[in-house]
Amino acid sequence: MPTFSLVHLEFLLTAAQWTIGLSIAAFVGGGLVGFVVALARISDLRVLRIAATVYIQLVQGTPLLILLFAIYFGIALLGYTNLPPLIAASAGLIIYSSGFLAEIWRGCIDSVPKTQWQAAECLALTRWQRMVKVILPQAARIATAPTVGFLVQIVKNTSLASVVGFVELAQAGKLINNSIYEPFTVFMIVALIYFAICFPLSTWSRSLERKLNVGRR
Amino acid sequence: MTYHFDFSALLPYWPEFARGIWLTLQLSAISTVLGFVLGTLCAIGRADGSRWVKWLVAIYVEAIRNTPLLVQVFIIYFGIATLGLHVSANLAAVIALVINVGAYTCEIVRAGIESVHKSQIEAAECLGLSRVQTYWHVVLRPAIERVYPAVTSQYVLLMLASSITSQISAEELTAVANRIQSDTFRAFETYIVTGVLYLLLSLVVRICLWLFGLAIFVRRRKLGTAI
Amino acid sequence: MSAVVSLSNVHKQFGSLKVLDGVSFEVGRGEVAAIIGQSGSGKSTVLRCINALETIQQGTIDVCGHALHDASLNRRALHLDVGIVFQSYNLFPHLTVEQNIMLAPVSVKSIPKKQARELAREVLTRVGMEAKAENYPEQLSGGQQQRVAIARSLAMSPKLMLFDEVTSALDPQLTGEVLRVMEDLARGGMTMILVTHEMAFARKVASKVIYMHQGKVWETGSGDMLDQPKTAELRNFVGGVSHDRAEASV
Repeated sequence: MPTFSLVHLEFLLTAAQWTIGLSIAAFVGGGLVGFVVALARISDLRVLRIAATVYIQLVQGTPLLILLFAIYFGIALLGYTNLPPLIAASAGLIIYSSGFLAEIWRGCIDSVPKTQWQAAECLALTRWQRMVKVILPQAARIATAPTVGFLVQIVKNTSLASVVGFVELAQAGKLINNSIYEPFTVFMIVALIYFAICFPLSTWSRSLERKLNVGRR
Repeated sequence: MTYHFDFSALLPYWPEFARGIWLTLQLSAISTVLGFVLGTLCAIGRADGSRWVKWLVAIYVEAIRNTPLLVQVFIIYFGIATLGLHVSANLAAVIALVINVGAYTCEIVRAGIESVHKSQIEAAECLGLSRVQTYWHVVLRPAIERVYPAVTSQYVLLMLASSITSQISAEELTAVANRIQSDTFRAFETYIVTGVLYLLLSLVVRICLWLFGLAIFVRRRKLGTAI
Repeated sequence: MSAVVSLSNVHKQFGSLKVLDGVSFEVGRGEVAAIIGQSGSGKSTVLRCINALETIQQGTIDVCGHALHDASLNRRALHLDVGIVFQSYNLFPHLTVEQNIMLAPVSVKSIPKKQARELAREVLTRVGMEAKAENYPEQLSGGQQQRVAIARSLAMSPKLMLFDEVTSALDPQLTGEVLRVMEDLARGGMTMILVTHEMAFARKVASKVIYMHQGKVWETGSGDMLDQPKTAELRNFVGGVSHDRAEASV
């Protein structure tokens, strides 16, 4: 029986690139959708607010694993049986990220003091101008740390894309383990690679948070 | 092409769904209790332990928080087997979940401990309370009360994340769903139903933790502040 | 004299709490009106009503030709005519002093950037803050921030300026610099309504003093009214305030 070798490591590192790619897709897609949902969540229109709340509750109340399965089999039902697993994996992760980012960002927008809205209104700025020129820049500053922190969640959760057959880092680990059966070694190395991606992000997020706390007196 | 949804095909499987829900709840409850104890102990160690303890806890917390639960589950399940011990998938699942949520709890509770003012501790010492008494009454209880909302969200996430243990065939709700869909060929319906069940479960967990909070934190209840 | 602001029988309640109980008064062009009274007398609420930041249940408020009690009120048009300075400054922390001032002229009035910058320099000079144009609000003292807030309002050339306890958050030594700016504005003919605790300032600068008590206009008159109060309440109030605050500044 073969043992863990450089070839395997190379395979894992290639798969790690897919993990990163999928994370970026999830973050960009989830960020776009999440931003719209966050705006809807604080909209003047009741319907939009309710719809956004329901969306967030649905996403945050079901496991990502179930979401991925439902999308994977749902796409098959629509007749697209030969779509690459990448599509189902990205779709699932985008929906997942959008639900959480929306709520994180809404919290950041809400934490800008109400008096800032008022001051902007009293200068005759329109609602849109108040949002874009006064509130969002301040919310963005508050949002960077938790957003980078959530990026770590996204990277870790791409490991679940393995259940729909997408060959990212965790799935690559499973494949190698199936052929050489050294689970402890293989998954420890897989874990180390995840750590190498996530730890810098965590550290960055923490330092951003510290800077923000120093700035806010 | 049109597809005819058929949820009735799942009806005969309700006892299996029920068994899956029951195991998911058991997994979550046990991991919540043990994970909370582990996490709180780690938080105390992180805040007031010796240099070595602080380091060990820091490494544990960072290792867990920066790797996926799925990989942790694999390492623990297969790792124990490598040691020559045989444990059931369910036990391995509990161990993995406890270790995982312990690290998150540690971070949350530590933030709570750090938010307790030094003057509070000084006041307690001046009243002649012992170190342990001070810690329990003045540091830990107010700290946990303060971070209880964050703890609640974390344990709802834990319940949802327990679905991942289906990957080592722990017989919880997701594993049950996987089996039912392969029996019925009604995958989409199965996962929709399972999703709804998880939604209900997360509501139940939330309500239970809320009621528990009301029972524990008398001051909050009296002041009527939200938990 | 045409009234810039006129309130007639204004009532406002927060739940079961009556805050304004039939308030009526007028402020003419170029007048400086000082609203005084204990906390809870409704004086700040009146000011916020004049800028449509609060809604009223009964009565009418006309400000610069806008009927605030009317459901079809164009709030933006009102805010173009009325400037307000808050107790807590409410500068935008992510913008420099200059950007704070340029924001509204550029985005509301579509004034070209270059011209808006000149305008910003001009109003900053009026409040003596031209040297701090590139600073961020958090780098300034409270008094300096408040002067920038006044300049920010001025840049929109309002027809009426409201001042909501603008010196209450300031140390006595910083209060003076803000009051001097306001005095200059008054002398320049700006119509102003201020809610204030500064009795000496009210006496010196205000052409009309409005004493509010329990949600009503209790006594009104010129600055001299403070020296010869007609009601016991005002006598008490003036006596109480002058001991702890009024002499400290100006």
